[in-house]
Amino acid sequence: MYDFAYHRPDNLDDAANILKINPEATVLAGGMTLIPTLKLRLANPSDVVDLSAIDSLNVLSVAGEKVSVGAMTTHSDVSTSKELMETIPGLSRLAKGIGDPHVRHRGTIGGSVANNDPAADYPAAVLALNASVNTISRTINADEFFTGQFATVLEEHEIITSIDFPIPRRSAYEKFSNPASRYAIVGVMVADTEAGVRVAVTGAGPSVFRVAKMEEALSNDFSADAIAGITLSADDLNSDIHASSEYRAHLVSVMAMRAVNSALTQ
Amino acid sequence: MPTVSLTINGKKVVADVEGRTLLVQLLREGQRLTGTHVGCDTSQCGACVVHVNGKAVKSCTMLALQADDSEVETIESIANEGELHPMQAAFKEHHGLQCGFCTPGMVMAAIDMVNRIPNLDEETVRHELEGNFCRCTGYHNIVQAILAGSKAMQS
Repeated sequence: MYDFAYHRPDNLDDAANILKINPEATVLAGGMTLIPTLKLRLANPSDVVDLSAIDSLNVLSVAGEKVSVGAMTTHSDVSTSKELMETIPGLSRLAKGIGDPHVRHRGTIGGSVANNDPAADYPAAVLALNASVNTISRTINADEFFTGQFATVLEEHEIITSIDFPIPRRSAYEKFSNPASRYAIVGVMVADTEAGVRVAVTGAGPSVFRVAKMEEALSNDFSADAIAGITLSADDLNSDIHASSEYRAHLVSVMAMRAVNSALTQ
Repeated sequence: MPTVSLTINGKKVVADVEGRTLLVQLLREGQRLTGTHVGCDTSQCGACVVHVNGKAVKSCTMLALQADDSEVETIESIANEGELHPMQAAFKEHHGLQCGFCTPGMVMAAIDMVNRIPNLDEETVRHELEGNFCRCTGYHNIVQAILAGSKAMQS
């Protein structure tokens, strides 16, 4: 690892200032992606700004029709939150399946969403649940947030502060995970929301995406049978040593049907 | 050089570290607490698991400076004046190890597991071990050891 200057500010203004005066600085959330990246010397930041001492980023609250999850909330805290189990059990269950227990103790929702790994779980929840991503300067709707592989509309050094999830009527996430890393080979989140049924797929393509045909079918009939005949073209899907694009296309249908069944039994 | 101040196994420690110093390096190289192992060095194998503020974490994937002001517990701290911790005793009794390299991380992960989940069953233990690799045992005896250690810790 190349060396860097480490900062742990206790408020957002200080964090933003450090980032502003150090153009080569980077933000550290839970570190479950950044630290392995630094160890491989794939990044060489001049400064690392750790957000863990900023208490306002570590709050999970239910207010009216939405759940607000602070950016530094760990996967473990999301998966064990009573409020969340009562309001969006599909999201608790998703968090419980990320990585392993030790990773869940450190990894955060803000870090995962900002990184937009093509095989990460949270982007599927953000997109399917029609969440809003709050940053230090604005609020971004899920449909606008994810722009491509490891890419989002976040400006350089724009810090995510929290993510607001409107409470759906029902939702569930099912993934076919890589047995070693637990990353999603394919993961599908299905949510029956005020804005209609939304289906978001992670792991299969370069970035998380919605499946309009499934959403339409499920809006008419929220059952696994309604989407049984719907398959994706393999053309734009990922292909690697773990799974071919054709296999991923098949898994999208299977995981989507499982997610619908799971949402119906919650 | 930055300074990190933390409690390791009940002892106050103040040490000069680099920004890039990992917690596991501080423990092994700085404090000579070599019970915590480095296996894969890529956040997967769990040989480096220690407790930070009571939670199991991979110390190869945490900067020493991130542990500032924290309480860190390593495998060296859990025996009580020469008497094995009930989880260590269960690993010995059930032959939950062969070469022993993964064992410190396994035991620390197992204690964390019991702290979080009071009524462990075999399926839960197997899922909870997703972050700890053993290349010798095939896991069977590790699972038996954790189930027995869990009972012993709660009796």
